[in-house]
Amino acid sequence: MRAYVPEYDLVAPASLKEALRLVADQARPMAGGTDLMVLFEAGTLPYRRLVSLWRIPELRGISTGETHMTLGALTTYTEIQQSGIMQDEFPLLVKAASWTGAVATQNRGTLAGNIANASPAADSPPALLVYDAEIELLSSSGSRWVPYAGFHTGYKTSVMQPDEIIGHIRLPRTTAGCVQYLRKVGTRRAQAIAKVALAGMAKTSGAVVERIRIALASVAPMPIRCAQTETVLAGRTIDRAAIEKAMATIALEIAPISDVRSTQDYRRRVTVNLLQEFLETLLA
Amino acid sequence: MFQTVGQPVPRKEGREKVTGEAKYVDDLKFPGMLHGATVRSPVARGRIRGIDFPPGLPWDEFTIVTANDIPGENVVALIVDDQPYLAAECVNHPEEPVVLLAHSDKYLVEKARGAVRLDIELVPAIFTIEDSLAKKQVVWGDDNIFKSFLVEKGDVDSIWAEAAHIVEGEYRTGAQEQLYIETNGVIAVANAQDGITIWGSMQCPYYIHKALLKAFPLAPEKIRVIQMETGGGFGGKEEYPSMIAGHAALLAWKSGRPVKMIYDRAEDMAATTKRHPSRTRMKAAVSREGKLLAIDMEFIVDGGAYATLSSVVLSRGTIHAGGPYVCPNVRIRSKAVATNAPPHGAFRGFGAPQSIFALERHMNKVARAVGLTPEEFRRRNFLHRGETTATGQEIREPVNLERLLDRALELSDYHAKTKAFAQHNQRSGVKRGIGFATFMHGAGFTGSGERYLQSIAGVEAQADGHVRILVSSTEIGQGTNTILAQIAAETLRVVYDQIEISRPDTSRVPNSGPTVASRTCMVVGKLVESAAIGLKQTLVKAGFLTENYRVQEFADACARYIGEFGPLKSFSQYQAPPGIFWDDDTYRGDAYGAFAWAVYVAEVAVDTATCEIKVEDFVALQEVGRVIHPVLAAGQIEGGVAQGIGFAVFENVVWKDGRMANNQMTNYIMPTSVDVPRIRVYFEEIPYEYGPLGAKGIGELPIDGPAPAVLNAIENALGVSVDEIPLLPEMLMEEAGVA
Amino acid sequence: MEFRVNGGSRRLEVYPMERLLDVLREEIGLTGTKEGCGEGECGACSVLVDGLLVNSCLVPVLQVDRCEILTVEGLAKNGHLHPLQEAFAKTGGAQCGICTPGMILASYQLLARWPHPTEDQIREGLAGNLCRCTGYQKIFDAVRQASEA
Repeated sequence: MRAYVPEYDLVAPASLKEALRLVADQARPMAGGTDLMVLFEAGTLPYRRLVSLWRIPELRGISTGETHMTLGALTTYTEIQQSGIMQDEFPLLVKAASWTGAVATQNRGTLAGNIANASPAADSPPALLVYDAEIELLSSSGSRWVPYAGFHTGYKTSVMQPDEIIGHIRLPRTTAGCVQYLRKVGTRRAQAIAKVALAGMAKTSGAVVERIRIALASVAPMPIRCAQTETVLAGRTIDRAAIEKAMATIALEIAPISDVRSTQDYRRRVTVNLLQEFLETLLA
Repeated sequence: MFQTVGQPVPRKEGREKVTGEAKYVDDLKFPGMLHGATVRSPVARGRIRGIDFPPGLPWDEFTIVTANDIPGENVVALIVDDQPYLAAECVNHPEEPVVLLAHSDKYLVEKARGAVRLDIELVPAIFTIEDSLAKKQVVWGDDNIFKSFLVEKGDVDSIWAEAAHIVEGEYRTGAQEQLYIETNGVIAVANAQDGITIWGSMQCPYYIHKALLKAFPLAPEKIRVIQMETGGGFGGKEEYPSMIAGHAALLAWKSGRPVKMIYDRAEDMAATTKRHPSRTRMKAAVSREGKLLAIDMEFIVDGGAYATLSSVVLSRGTIHAGGPYVCPNVRIRSKAVATNAPPHGAFRGFGAPQSIFALERHMNKVARAVGLTPEEFRRRNFLHRGETTATGQEIREPVNLERLLDRALELSDYHAKTKAFAQHNQRSGVKRGIGFATFMHGAGFTGSGERYLQSIAGVEAQADGHVRILVSSTEIGQGTNTILAQIAAETLRVVYDQIEISRPDTSRVPNSGPTVASRTCMVVGKLVESAAIGLKQTLVKAGFLTENYRVQEFADACARYIGEFGPLKSFSQYQAPPGIFWDDDTYRGDAYGAFAWAVYVAEVAVDTATCEIKVEDFVALQEVGRVIHPVLAAGQIEGGVAQGIGFAVFENVVWKDGRMANNQMTNYIMPTSVDVPRIRVYFEEIPYEYGPLGAKGIGELPIDGPAPAVLNAIENALGVSVDEIPLLPEMLMEEAGVA
Repeated sequence: MEFRVNGGSRRLEVYPMERLLDVLREEIGLTGTKEGCGEGECGACSVLVDGLLVNSCLVPVLQVDRCEILTVEGLAKNGHLHPLQEAFAKTGGAQCGICTPGMILASYQLLARWPHPTEDQIREGLAGNLCRCTGYQKIFDAVRQASEA
């Protein structure tokens, strides 16, 4: 344990308003702590003043609207897995939640925390990207919604301003009739960080692709949607040639690296193979 | 047949472990206690020019210890005595300890540790076996060689010219971290008047005792080492605790206060010992009929920067390199070499997993070259009673490896699966395969080692009929307390609950030797058995018991004896079984009193889209002499197999300039509950004459077999031969050329 | 701040970022919960907070204000072991014992969620608790045995 505990301050405001005021005053938000506390213990957490959002009621809960599901920022992975509608309509997010760490992490880890921590290997983002998620950003001066697709701007950077926190995540209920795919390749079968994860969702009419989304973790400085590969497939009939073309495109669209967990070459090859696996489900 | 032995009696300290009452060293708190921390070298090799304590911290409140403060010799006594407690003029590996700090505020001491600056002038370092052999830098002695062995049987060079087949191969194994879930930790109290007391997580209290004797000017009775409940060892707490105990003692000595030193996981992984990486080159000559004619082997292990136990690891690896096969001509040239990595050390198997991996992979390669199945090739070459091993040890026990192999193949449905998988693999992207390894493991210290240890065990009876076992052998999860109590109960013909076992405390128990080398049951258990027999005979000779006494009479007899004569104790000292001869110079003869024999079968599935490897089924069949406790014995095998699977396909140490870069549990991958199959364990028993109630040792056996079995299965699945472990998907994908 | 541990109320003055693990072990003296990694990977520090399994090494104590905490010390009642404790002791689910408190609490939550779990559910429920000694086999047996008790 390498943090000098006395020099850290953590407060737990009862109201959202107070929390936003503190964040505007440069306190860093903490949700379940499953990411921040790891850095803290390694002695590498750069922030000394933190504000706990854990108890703020406005940030909790999953609500079902006619056109959208809205998840509070503090929705835990456990809560995502327990939601019947999430299981029915957004199974990729449920899967991702079940693969994030293990039970103890899932009871404390939050969707907003996963997004805000902005790791390129995070488990939820690929699913959120294929679901066209939108993120609500709150600050003392107001709120705004941004499409998740543009949220990340680089390695661990995003469009979030220093005085903003995530309020809600909104998912359009447009997954009916879509084929959905998510596969994570980790260092082991449980409690693993993704070496590669690919999410795919497609709506076909006959064998023609009406709409397609493909997103990946761990092959770029941030979670990415593969717009070029999607373009290659949109409006096309899924046949062998289309699959080959898509595979060739995605191989060049991603920018994997070699690191302590895996190699650039492996990540590229696996990405191509997972895409093939996904697209072959559309062939049938 | 037996009352207690062979029964699943309750673990002696089981209740405490499931209630959280068991006391591990970090659970202890002493009044006035300080927390200790170690400042370590950030570089692999260099000259220490200065130590800087920057302003901003209350340094006058700290106890600060450097090499100058060591009252005795600055050396961690073990075998060669080349490793300092604290680096004085130069450092030879990353994480080498240089400065010790202590303070009552555990958070402040950690902050201070991060603030101390070491000014080190870099000197070129080496990190590979190749660079060490080539003497790119000479980092130890004159030639980087800690130890070398030459084992010769027959005349290998006379065979090559006429052999029908000659098969060569090179095999590598990586470092492996023991990853006990409880990190290293100790508490020390030390001063010149009263001496030193150490409480700690450890396997060998007397090793620590010996080490402290050299570093402090104290008489042996003034040093007391007490083992606390220990959360796993696996060899990682065999020799390393001498280092941390010395450090805590130095801080306690200088400060006059108790000092607690507990490593956090990152420090433990980066700074403490790991399994020796190895490189083995094999050349085998085989006859047309598939009989081994000659094996020429070069076995090299990387020992890191100091000698520590490398000579003994090399020894065991060398002796096990020949396997359970008959081969008339053998040459094994082995070396332990120095690099600038933190010293490698003991880890379950201790050289044997490395050489057995190479051998069992090579045997499959040879089988293929000759056109035989792996199993047929083994059958034609297995050892039998009366035949000799590579070191010339005649097998005197009845061993039937052919039958063991048959049984293992049947239990694993090997033949049917081989056929089924071959079919399945034609149609599926997930390739399935099955493979096995046949091997043996010698229990006890090699050759004259046990004679050298001269271990002693004792038993002491109380007036109420309870009997206390006195050994320094430690419970580290494997079941020492329980099985020794069973052996004593069985021998004394009393109930299990009447036997107690003392916490190992060097002021209270004799030296029964280290808790290593699969010796606790077979060697120490035998001593406990003998001591118990001695106790019985004392009572019988004194007339308080008849030869065929009943259990109820025992307590009475003890009470009467103690009332009349005083304490009732019995000790037994090791005596080598008759007919064991070992030549340390030529490295020939009877290496071990007994071997346990095994056949392990692994079934794997490899998804070619990702090259992820899943072990789907595992059969572990072994002949072990006598199963003292069925649950504990199976537990040893299951745990060892899981570690062996980790060794094969999960556990990779990523090195950067000699330092472990992935020193966190998130990046050093050991199997979770989802990553291991059901491990099916089967025992056979051919009682060993000189084992307690016939038992042999089994602690290390189970980690020898899984890696070659799994790699053989992967080869069966993919048709690709990989000769290096850990085999991660990245490497498999490259080798297999899939995707 | 104030919270309940094993049914008893505790009022403490602590640094807000002190780890729940350290508060339990040092401040309250409940040393049954263990530290294995300090990164939330090994689960040796698992406790239940308001009925949910968490890694106490990752929880700043401020966030358990007014919560109900269960540690291994709170399982036995009047000296009678909980069926999980009995099962772990009997089946060989505990070897060195360091992972055992966390493993038992993870099993406790597992059985609360799935009272008659399949083997896959047992594996999944325990995936965040690492054991180096047992190879997990007898831990699976212990959970199964407890589920049948």
